[in-house]
Formats: sequence, C-alpha cells, structure tokens
Amino acid sequence: MNKMLLSGNEAIARGAWEAGCRVGTGYPGTPSTEILENLTTYEGVETEWSVNEKVALEVAIGAALAGSRTLVTMKHVGLNVAADPLFTSSYIGVKGGLVIACADDPSMHSSQNEQDNRNYAYHAKLPMLEPSDSQEAKDFTKLAFEISERYDTPVILRSTTRVSHSQSVVTPDVRTELPPTEGFTRDVEKYVMIPAYARLRHVEVERRLSQIAEDANAMEINRLEMGETEVGFITSGIVYTYIRELYPRASVLKLGLVHPLPEQLIRKFVDSVDRVFVVEELDPFFEMRIKAWGLAVEGKEHMPVLGELNPDRIRRALEEAGVTSDKLIPEGLENALQLPPRPPALCPGCPHRMIFQILHENNLKVTGDIGCYTLGALPPFNAMDTCVDMGASVTVAQGIELAEGEDHRRDTVAVIGDSTFAHSGISGLINAAYNGRHGLVIVLDNGTTAMTGMQPNPFSGERIDHSESFQIDYEKLAAAVGIGEDNYRMVNAYKSDEINTAVNELRSKAGMSLLVVKGTCVILKQKLKKRRAA
Amino acid sequence: MRDGATNVLMVGVGGQGTIMASNILAKAAMHAGLDAKKSEIHGMSQRGGSVFSHVRFGETIHSPTISHGEADVLLSLELMETLRWLSYARPETFILASEQQINPAEVKEYPAGVKEELTARASNVVFVNPKELKSRIENSKFANVALLGVLSTRTDLPKSAWKAAIEEIIPDQFVEGNWKAFEFGRSYA
Repeated sequence: MNKMLLSGNEAIARGAWEAGCRVGTGYPGTPSTEILENLTTYEGVETEWSVNEKVALEVAIGAALAGSRTLVTMKHVGLNVAADPLFTSSYIGVKGGLVIACADDPSMHSSQNEQDNRNYAYHAKLPMLEPSDSQEAKDFTKLAFEISERYDTPVILRSTTRVSHSQSVVTPDVRTELPPTEGFTRDVEKYVMIPAYARLRHVEVERRLSQIAEDANAMEINRLEMGETEVGFITSGIVYTYIRELYPRASVLKLGLVHPLPEQLIRKFVDSVDRVFVVEELDPFFEMRIKAWGLAVEGKEHMPVLGELNPDRIRRALEEAGVTSDKLIPEGLENALQLPPRPPALCPGCPHRMIFQILHENNLKVTGDIGCYTLGALPPFNAMDTCVDMGASVTVAQGIELAEGEDHRRDTVAVIGDSTFAHSGISGLINAAYNGRHGLVIVLDNGTTAMTGMQPNPFSGERIDHSESFQIDYEKLAAAVGIGEDNYRMVNAYKSDEINTAVNELRSKAGMSLLVVKGTCVILKQKLKKRRAA
Repeated sequence: MRDGATNVLMVGVGGQGTIMASNILAKAAMHAGLDAKKSEIHGMSQRGGSVFSHVRFGETIHSPTISHGEADVLLSLELMETLRWLSYARPETFILASEQQINPAEVKEYPAGVKEELTARASNVVFVNPKELKSRIENSKFANVALLGVLSTRTDLPKSAWKAAIEEIIPDQFVEGNWKAFEFGRSYA
C-alpha cells in the first residue's frame, strides 16, 4: 500500500481501524479531537460523541465487555472527568481490547492546565504506551489492543500536542478481520465491583502489573540504541526525536511502554553508560522511579518541568550540564521592530461578542467556563472572573452565593456554552435548583462545539456522522429542574436591547433563572454552506 | 540543509491557507521518496492569531520542529508575520514574503517599516505583490500554490512529486488551474 502522510491523531484512528476496532467514543478536546473524527470515517466502526468523558469511558467499558475492540478518546483534563470509571475499569478488565487514547497539552496551547497524565497510569495501575511519531502512533495503537487483551486490562495510549498535531510518513496495513463480537456474557465476580469481589480483583490487578513490568524488559517498544557510552539518555515520546536530532552518537534507551517501567533493562542501560540523563516533558515521572531504585541518573536538576521541551531548550540545558550537541545551530536573525501581537480573539462576527459587551457594560461578575467564549476574559471585553473546568461556571456562582449569604449582591452571573452545558453544566443547574439558590445561568448557544472544530452535541440536533438527532429543549429542561416560565428566556444573540433587558430582569428574580442566547457560530455557517453545496 | 534535512517554515494569519500550503509541500517531499515531517498547533491560540507550520524533509527526519536559525526557507503569507518569525531564519535563509498586510484585531494602523527592517536583516528576500500575482493567474484562490511554485525552485523536489501532491490535496476541478499557477510561480522566481 502507498505510504501516507498522517498526523498522530489520524494515525491513531488508522491504527484502531486496522486493529479491528468496532466501537469508538469520546468527547472533543484539543489536541485529541481528530482521533474520533477520523475513526468515524472508516467502515465497520460505530462511533459517538458522548456528552462527556465519563460517559464516553463507561460506554466504552460496556462495548469492550461485550467483546468489541473499543477506542475511547479525550484530552488530558478529560481523563479527570473519566477518572471514576478509569480506576474501577482497571479492576474489571476487558473482553474486547479497550484503549484509552488521551492527549496531554504541555505548554497549554489550548488548555487550562498542563497535568502529566502518565501519573494516571501509575495511579490506576494501568499500562501506558507513548508513541514518538505517526508511524508509532499507528503501531502502538494496534499493540495497545493486543496488550489489553493479553493482560486483560484497559490500556492508555498517551499522546501530546506535538505528536497528535505533527504529521509524518506512515505505511498503512489492511484491517485485521476479527470474528463477530460475541456479546455480553455474565461474569459477576469480575464485572460487579462490590467490596467482596473488588478485593479479589485488586489481587489480580497487582499480579497483572508485576507481570507486565517483568515482560516490559523484553518488549521491542522499549528499545536500547547503544552508541558511545560517555553520555546516554532515557526518554520517550516526542522528546526522543529531539534527543536523536541533537545527539546522534549517544546511547539512548527509548521507552515505548512508559508504565510500568522495565527495571532490569533500565539497570542494564545505566550500568553501561557513564552519565545518564532522563529527559522527559513535564513531571520527573521516570526519574523519580529510577532514582528510587538507587540508580544515579540526572534529570530535572537540569531540565525544566514547565512547558514543552524542544531541541533548543534541551541543548541549552545540557550544555550547562557539560554535554555538547553535535548539532551546531546558527543564531537566528533578530528583529528590532515592535510588532502588535495577534492574541487569540473571538471571531469577527461571532454572535456572542454582544453578550460579553453587555456583561462588561453592566459591570457584572462572571463565572465562566471552557470554550471559545473563555476569550471573553480578554480585552476588549474583560468580562470573565473565573474559569476552572467544564461546568464550573454554574457551580462556582453557587459557592459565591453561599459564602456571601444574605449579602449576596446578585451581581454575579454564570456563562457557559451549549456543549459545555450538556457536558456537565446541567448537573450544576439541578444542584442550584434543588438547593434553592438564586442566580442567573446564561447559555451561549452557537449550535456546535466550536473551539475544537465544530462537533455536534445534544443541543445541536445532529450526531457525529451528521445524522439527525433530537435537540434538548431548553425550556422543558428548565421547567424540569423547577425553573418556571417567568425565570426562563431565550433571545437572539444579535439583539442587544433584548439581551440587556433579559439579563437585568432575570438576575433580580427570586430562584434560579436560565437565559439562552442563541446565535449560530459564523464558522459553522460557512461549513454548512459548503456542505450543502457539495 | 546542513545535516541533510531541508527545513521550511510557513507562516501566516488564520484563514490564509498556511496549513494547506504546507500540506502540499510535505506531501510533495513524501512523493519524492523522502522522509517528511510537519508540525503545527491547532486550537485556542490560533483563533484569529498567527499560524505557523514547520515542514522538514530529507533521508531521515527526527524532530518535526525547526529550531531557531535553522530554517532554509521562510515562506510568509503576510508581511509582518515574516518579521515575527525571523528568529528561525539565518542570514542566507531564502525568505519568500507576500506583501499582503492584515491588521491584527483591535489594531487600526499597520506597523511602518516592516519591509525595510526585513531587507536590512536578511540578504535573500523575495517580496511578492499579492495583487500583481493574483492578476496573473486564473483564480486568486490559487495564489498560495503559485508561491509554492516559487519555493519549488529552491528545493530539489522533482516536479512530478509536486504534481502528485497537488492532485492528492486539491479538488479535481481545480487541479489544472492550480498546476498552471504553480508553473507560473516557477517562472516568477
């Protein structure tokens, strides 16, 4: 087959398809979104955008227990949402392979934190693979399914922004034709995690992890590349490519399985090289473990824990540690002219610029949420005061109200997008209504999940494959959680007077209020036009 | 090209087609039988912002990103973006800069002296007047491919590889027009 130039995300989707994957679930999140978007284009795979990552993983667990090879995708912080099923799925194991493709975002190109999700593999006692380029992204995805079934465990495939969004050459293969999915069969002691059974499963989890750690010493994806022995590197993922670029003659231990670690292999490597550097992005995940074995390696005393690494940063850090690179990189050209920055901004013509203008003019405090509209925090609007995680706009406002008590000044409103509201805003709204809070939640409905590239959600009336679905009815939803028609309003995003009146009337009412500001995303409009023309 | 790799940095502003142009280059390199890697960032930081794409090709490519001073070619679809990314170039880097000017949001006046600063810093710059270029090709939407035609004269990739890449990426009905634009670009250099 002809070679293809694929992004890491496209390659993960390709790998899943080649592995015979039949079910794919996920929730959009940069830099992971394109994995499921691509998987949905292949024949023979049922896919869905789930309402959130917890739901996505739970649906995936069910599919795997029914015997289908299943891929579930999310960004790093999505795994926080899915952490509850993650930890217990480790006990339950799988029937069909279950691979959790999860993409970290070092440097926070499009995220609220830069957590290192390798820690989840340790915490949930799961194997984790980490590819360095697109060929490996495809190969490791296939291997992840094999490992999942061989050891009866979910497997995490960790990517990072640089792997997910870089493209490189991939040799495609045909799809493995698997026997038909067997369907769910009962295995109560394995699948029902009541304490008595979970205690037994925990024994199994520990045994499994030890076995994988033992076998890891012989896994081909943990690769010794012996060169000169004065200096050696232990590394993984994208950082491996930087190390090879900078130190072509050095010895390298490239870890493809980043948890559990191959202790004997690492001991052998450290023994055979004079000076070993552990070079890893973000946390000293390998380094802490290797040092705990009493081995002399160097790492974060030289290398930053913040942000992405790159060849420049590594070269400079190691030069200070007395190691020079073969690669001489000339000084770049300077520029003395002050250029105006191009900060990210709400699109010109975005329907939701108006509401932020109004919130700003009314000098309201705004608990915000995750999406394009988080850009309302920046000039010229400066109309957002908190942004924590998906759904927190609705709930943080309740806490402010609780703390301020009778003095609650009613000058705080919650602002959330449609997809985020479906993801985890609705449960916050139920909480507010149930506990008798008074406050205004404003949903900015643009008909799509825009920031991640236009994925449909339960408010947009279509599914991942653009097939028609019902749309959640805001008014009925409000009524169902005790928000009556006096406290509910839907307005056109371009009508400033109506928005202004609604905001000021609703926020002074007793009880919870819901205002839906509706205006279709301008990028979605263009896409729909193209789709119709095609 | 010092270590066998050719490093091309393409920059522009969101919506200008930077990513598609870099896709064509990377695929052309692949069709030429070379190893090719390409790196860019999508997501929040690109909303209305500056867009970049690193393309590297050669026998074996490790890092998908280009380091400062390492670009052999800097292709810029917007004038001031050329300066913003100048630290990736060194004195002999071939800089192909469109004179297209796009003000950042909330900025009324385009900064003065961009061209002069570029000319003073770099020795191998070709400026392209976008209006003139567009007037000389069939469809103004093919202008980026014409620029790739200019760029192609500074790489060793065979024409057949470029053709294969264009055929793979451009919708069928526009392939011929784009190929003509590409050929025009080659003669423009």
